[in-house]
Amino acid sequence: MNQATNPQPETVIELKGMNKWYGEFHVLKDLNLKVTKGEKIVICGPSGSGKSTMIRCINRLEEHQTGQIIVNGTELTADLKNIHIVRSDVGMCFQHFNLFPHLTVLQNCCLAPIWVKKLPQAEAEATAMKYLERVKIPDQADKYPGQLSGGQQQRVAIARSLCMNPSIMLFDEPTSALDPEMVREVLDVMVELANEGMTMLCVTHEMGFAKQVADRVIFMDRGEIIEENEPTSFFENPQSDRTKLFLSQILNH
Amino acid sequence: MSVHEFKPDLPPPSSSLGVVGWLKTNLFNGPVNSIATLVLLYILVPPLWSAFQWIFLNADWVGDSREMCTSGGACWVFINDRFGQFIYGYYPVELRWRVDAFFISLAVIIGLLVYEKTPQRAKLGIFSLTIYPIIVFFLLNGGVLGMEPVETHRWGGLMLTLVIAIVGIVAALPFGIVLALGRRSEMPIIRSFCTIFIEFWRAVPLITVLFMASVMLPLFVSEEIEFNKLLRAMIGIILFQSAYMAEVIRGGLQAIPKGQYEAGEALGLSYWQSMGLIILPQALKITIPSIVNTFIALFKDTSLVLIIGLFDLLAVGQAALADPAWLGYSVEMYVFVAFVFWLFCFGMSRYSIYLEKKLHTGH
Repeated sequence: MNQATNPQPETVIELKGMNKWYGEFHVLKDLNLKVTKGEKIVICGPSGSGKSTMIRCINRLEEHQTGQIIVNGTELTADLKNIHIVRSDVGMCFQHFNLFPHLTVLQNCCLAPIWVKKLPQAEAEATAMKYLERVKIPDQADKYPGQLSGGQQQRVAIARSLCMNPSIMLFDEPTSALDPEMVREVLDVMVELANEGMTMLCVTHEMGFAKQVADRVIFMDRGEIIEENEPTSFFENPQSDRTKLFLSQILNH
Repeated sequence: MSVHEFKPDLPPPSSSLGVVGWLKTNLFNGPVNSIATLVLLYILVPPLWSAFQWIFLNADWVGDSREMCTSGGACWVFINDRFGQFIYGYYPVELRWRVDAFFISLAVIIGLLVYEKTPQRAKLGIFSLTIYPIIVFFLLNGGVLGMEPVETHRWGGLMLTLVIAIVGIVAALPFGIVLALGRRSEMPIIRSFCTIFIEFWRAVPLITVLFMASVMLPLFVSEEIEFNKLLRAMIGIILFQSAYMAEVIRGGLQAIPKGQYEAGEALGLSYWQSMGLIILPQALKITIPSIVNTFIALFKDTSLVLIIGLFDLLAVGQAALADPAWLGYSVEMYVFVAFVFWLFCFGMSRYSIYLEKKLHTGH
């Protein structure tokens, strides 16, 4: 159990023989994965392959039943304290943004720093404005999420996560719900974040993004990791037939 | 290359503006609508006109006995004569200033709480829920600082209605929130307790609750604790209404997308932080119409306390009908009581509409 005492120094996320079931349905099968600090990983695969479920297990939005998940040396168990430690160091962006509609953009960004990190309001607001500038929407700070476009909302969601100063960011199909002309602005922010050395796990079908920033691409199907490789080899020389079929379907439309 | 000349903005045609425009679009929009309008006017105008005549034109307003009511319309002299009782019940006349102080302070506090620019509104809110009720209790009940005691069985009229309704409203909302959260809890004991509680209280008529509170409760509690009848009725109303409130709020909680809970969790907020900062503000906002609906029902249900011998506004009115000097003016009494209830309920309704508009954030 306690292999975390002697971890490889750079490993920040480790899945060991992790399994998950929804009732009878075996959704994640014996997943093993190591992510090192600063690594960018793109996870792709057909819908229902378990890719979202896997990254949602990493901040315990979903519970795994067997195996281990260790994030920054903290193993995720039912222990609420560990869950809290992991969550305060792992940011997450969702497909549907999940901004708080009753709060302004600035309040969305300040909420967790004030209540979880107990930052004074002025400091939280200064941090929030810094990140809103980084995602290029400081002028929208006093608007409500409902008044923004999808791309702007997703950028606010990224800024909101960054305000907690996480060392790892999880992206769950961040551009899938966006109009095509807004995908670029969100990807630009993500590329910038990647270039700054953030550890990132992205579930996405944006293969351009994968080629541009990913250190590794992981292909999943039916709850298993079928193939993982660095992007050039992954796209040019896929090993498994399943990967070839998938790539041919998403690249040739 | 030609430059496009935009046409200037022109005013709309006069037939779509003003009274004429309004009549045209709303009442006489085509032959069918015009006929419907005329038929409805034919049906509605005569009864409304006679009601108007009865209430205003042929009514008698001043006087001191039924002999003054000669015009054939409403006899508001009766209401005038009994006005003090309608408002104060059987509260001693020379001590009515204490009730007045309650009315005035209540109006001022509600006004300040509703007005958004009041400084320190949050502190005032806490004060009005903690210290203020204690002050009001001692003010109305007396017995301290040399104030003559006035037992609760002498309270009555509008004052009693307001006391019961406000206590009920203020207590039922937080209890309802806790019960709603409990019913959605993942902890089986808490969930079943809340479910059973809600289903029990929601399934019995309020009249039985009040009867039980006034007749049965004393049998269960030891005799040393002498429970006041008003207090028992209030507890009954609170338990009953909080069950209703819980279901209203649960509906709101269920309407909040799962993503909101997840976003809160992912940011590291605790359960209570998520609920208090993210979920409840949204759930309460979307349930404002239903919450106010429940408040209005509660306000009117307070008149049921008359069956256990408390003299609320309606009960005082009925008692006044039994006065031989004023026999036969029941219509005036009911119209007046209905009008007072309507004033308060309409006020709540308007405030809720205002609140909904204010909290709308474009989603």
